[in-house]
Amino acid sequence: MSQNFIYFLWDCLQYFINGIAQGSLYAMVALGYTMVYGIIRLVNFAHGEFLMIGAMCGFYALRAHLPMPAAILVAMLSSGIIAIAVERLVYRPIRKSGRIPALITAIGTSLFFQYFGQLVFGADPKTIPPFIDEKIYNLGEINVSNVQIAIFCITLFVLLFLFWLTHYTKVGKAMRAVSFNLPAAELMGINTNKIISFTFFLGAALAGLGGMLMGYTMSVEPMMGMNLGTKAFVAAVVGGIGIIPGAALGGFIIGIAENLVAGLYKSSFRDAVSFFILILILLVKPSGILGKNMKEKV
Amino acid sequence: MKLKGLPHKFLACLMTLIISNSLYSAETLKVGVVSPITGATATFGQENVNGIKLAYEKIKKAGGKKFDLIIEDDKSDAIESTTATRKLINIDKISAMIGEPTSSLALASAPIVQEAKIPFITPTATNAKVTQVGDYISRACFTDDFQGVVMAKFAVNTLKKKKGLVLIENTSDYSKGLAKSFTDEFLKMGGKMASTEELTYAAKDTDFQSLMRKVKRANPDFIFVPGYYVEVGLIIKQARALGINVPFLGGDGWDSPKLFEIAGPAVKGSYISNHFAPDDKDPVVQNFVKDYKKVYGVNPGGFAALGYDALGIMNAAIQKAKSTKPADINAVLVATKDYPGVTGKITFDANRNPKKAAVVLEAKENGFVFHSKVNP
Amino acid sequence: MGYYHGILLLVGIFITLTLSLNLINGFCGQFSLGHAGFWGAGAYASAVYSVFYALPLPAPVNMLIAIAVGFIAAAICGLIIGIPCLRLRGDYLAIATLGFGEIVRISIMNTEMVGGPRGFINIPHLANIWWVFAVAFVIALFMFNLKRSAFGRAIISIREDEIAAENMGVNLFNSKLFSFTIGAGIAGIAGALFAHTQQFLHPSNFNFMWSVIILVMVILGGQGSVTGSIIGAVILTIVPEALRYAGGTVAEWRMTIFPVLLIILMMAKPEGLFGAHEISFRKRSEG
Repeated sequence: MSQNFIYFLWDCLQYFINGIAQGSLYAMVALGYTMVYGIIRLVNFAHGEFLMIGAMCGFYALRAHLPMPAAILVAMLSSGIIAIAVERLVYRPIRKSGRIPALITAIGTSLFFQYFGQLVFGADPKTIPPFIDEKIYNLGEINVSNVQIAIFCITLFVLLFLFWLTHYTKVGKAMRAVSFNLPAAELMGINTNKIISFTFFLGAALAGLGGMLMGYTMSVEPMMGMNLGTKAFVAAVVGGIGIIPGAALGGFIIGIAENLVAGLYKSSFRDAVSFFILILILLVKPSGILGKNMKEKV
Repeated sequence: MKLKGLPHKFLACLMTLIISNSLYSAETLKVGVVSPITGATATFGQENVNGIKLAYEKIKKAGGKKFDLIIEDDKSDAIESTTATRKLINIDKISAMIGEPTSSLALASAPIVQEAKIPFITPTATNAKVTQVGDYISRACFTDDFQGVVMAKFAVNTLKKKKGLVLIENTSDYSKGLAKSFTDEFLKMGGKMASTEELTYAAKDTDFQSLMRKVKRANPDFIFVPGYYVEVGLIIKQARALGINVPFLGGDGWDSPKLFEIAGPAVKGSYISNHFAPDDKDPVVQNFVKDYKKVYGVNPGGFAALGYDALGIMNAAIQKAKSTKPADINAVLVATKDYPGVTGKITFDANRNPKKAAVVLEAKENGFVFHSKVNP
Repeated sequence: MGYYHGILLLVGIFITLTLSLNLINGFCGQFSLGHAGFWGAGAYASAVYSVFYALPLPAPVNMLIAIAVGFIAAAICGLIIGIPCLRLRGDYLAIATLGFGEIVRISIMNTEMVGGPRGFINIPHLANIWWVFAVAFVIALFMFNLKRSAFGRAIISIREDEIAAENMGVNLFNSKLFSFTIGAGIAGIAGALFAHTQQFLHPSNFNFMWSVIILVMVILGGQGSVTGSIIGAVILTIVPEALRYAGGTVAEWRMTIFPVLLIILMMAKPEGLFGAHEISFRKRSEG
């Protein structure tokens, strides 16, 4: 075996590891997407903007000399509160009007926050320091940083938390009921509006957390949500939208595929590859990898 | 014909309603600005406009011929950019224009301005093709070709490094052009490339681990990254984390205090070519930096400095011109000689590109400091 | 070319574009968020013809060929994306087409021959405003006639209820594919006109944002309404420009005002200004 081929194998392994770290972040954002879609069947284009707002608020909290944990809390709360407000003011009135108006409204909300962000926060990118000091471990040709490991662990923890929440708590069971059949859940005495608000809050808070964790690789700017939001949505669809483990799986797949393409081919095709996977998955299994096929009833 | 008449009528009604009140003062001389204040390149556009506004305030105080400044946002979009340019020319009847700061959008609007015969100066469009559009198009910055040569000379003559590597942002024409002129000059001077593979990345990339592995294996003496500061900051940070300790070289796209926020101390020991140095002892520069800091609270970058100079040059031409006709202003503009700008003494050559010195800056702990001046 | 002239030209091009999307979205009920991708494919393909491969023919003939090239290129893209994706529904189709639009844009960015990220310059000035409005007029006539034809009614029935339409003997897949391909092709024609009037193309003109704007033009006018599409295109080309004149603060904030207006419209009139109706002196409903 030539040296180049050995390098190639090491590279693939490294890209795979990087992909898992990046995929964790996509997964975190995709979880919010998937929960909102699962519950009201709305593609919330503004989800990426919730992330942006969270990260921005976190940034200003850090600038006001708050410690990192407090800043993360600020980020999560602020994006959660904005999400509740958006749901109450914009999405709820439109919910009954059908899908296309809802989608257009979501796109409108997303554009609003982008341009609002550019004028209020300024268009220049801001940096969030990583939440722990970065150390890099070398294993042969492979480099793994402790931040990567921490992000992966946090994502796993969030997943477990969500699993516990949806299966063993009252509010979680209500969420599942609403997502299964909204009118029926309402008839069973569940306050669906409250549950929907809660879902928005939870999803956006996770996005805010994701935004803060991104300090590890990214800078924060008002337009960041667009790209990240669509990728997270792609991840959610690939895994099976509405399904919590599916979102995580999709996030990892997209993250790994992007890193492989960027590393082995050209990074300008990084964005194209996620859409390519999306189209591929939709062809083979439109309901996503973990999704169940549902027939439309007459 | 009913269908065809419809848009005409609509347009006519709406436009007359809205515009009728904005046509009052036709007499004052007007200078138009088109810049991306929102959208993908807003971060450059906003700083650029800051510089222009500062220059305008100073010009107003100085007296002389008065003119109005009209600033239009183009959302970093080519359609918007051309529409905004046409609006400035036809509705506001501008006599001179400060053009788009990015090369690709300057290329979109320059033909319109050339056709209308309005003097046009772009602050920072460094692509050679821009001023080739016609004799009314000029620029305040030097071109990519010059900058590449400056850095190649610097690498070989000053740093004495012969084995280089170039990382190209292949979504940017600026990066490609700069990389090419650098590589050509570097090879001509006897330098060698550490890798035969073309190493590229894309705008908005955030993860450069894979690229850095290739760099590490190539083991160069220095790395030239003609990109913008956001990606460059991350590249340097991630390179240092992987133990790549050779110096980085770059161009004016690096020039922002944000670079130091993003990359932290990792930038130390890098060199860039730039249009001006904020710590230049020249009183013109010092006054500009002081004024800018007073108004905006931060140190000015190259986009601000060149925006400031662009309006300054245009103002000098307006003051000297024998009438307010665009043709007369342009005649003086293209003959600009030894204009004492923040970014050096500016003299236009026959192709309306300025001949001026570039400065090489060295990155210290928390900012760039002046290293040396390279004359053309 | 003057300012009003330039805007009028854009109005004409957007009328064609809106009509083409209305065929896909309004008539057939399929959701496309990648329409700017077809527009861009047509624009670039026709410009490649007239810049690199133009035959020594009179300018109007070459323009016709460029239009044909634009149509064919975009229609082929429509076919390629349509065959796999039209099995999808609603939101999924929207995201798949969004992805497709981005893939087109990224491919253009990476093609050196057409200028890549710098943009495609020096495209010959073959078309003018008469071309633009003549084409818009022809397309509008085509849409009117299609809407009244048996085939058009079949397509519209898909929008109303796919299962019922299938039971009535409408070939779902073929009808969808037809409207998708032709809609994409017409967007390609708009692209050819755009390329040869603006003489400059830039990948940023064909991004997601523009797909949304075209879609909003359709929705604003009313899905399925031809006259509605025309008015939607006119309003949405002019209003953002008009906001420039509204004074300092408003002009600065116009890009945040636009989405707010959009949301308000969706809340107040989710079916658009005209629904599926046409503007007419006699009140009648179609579809």
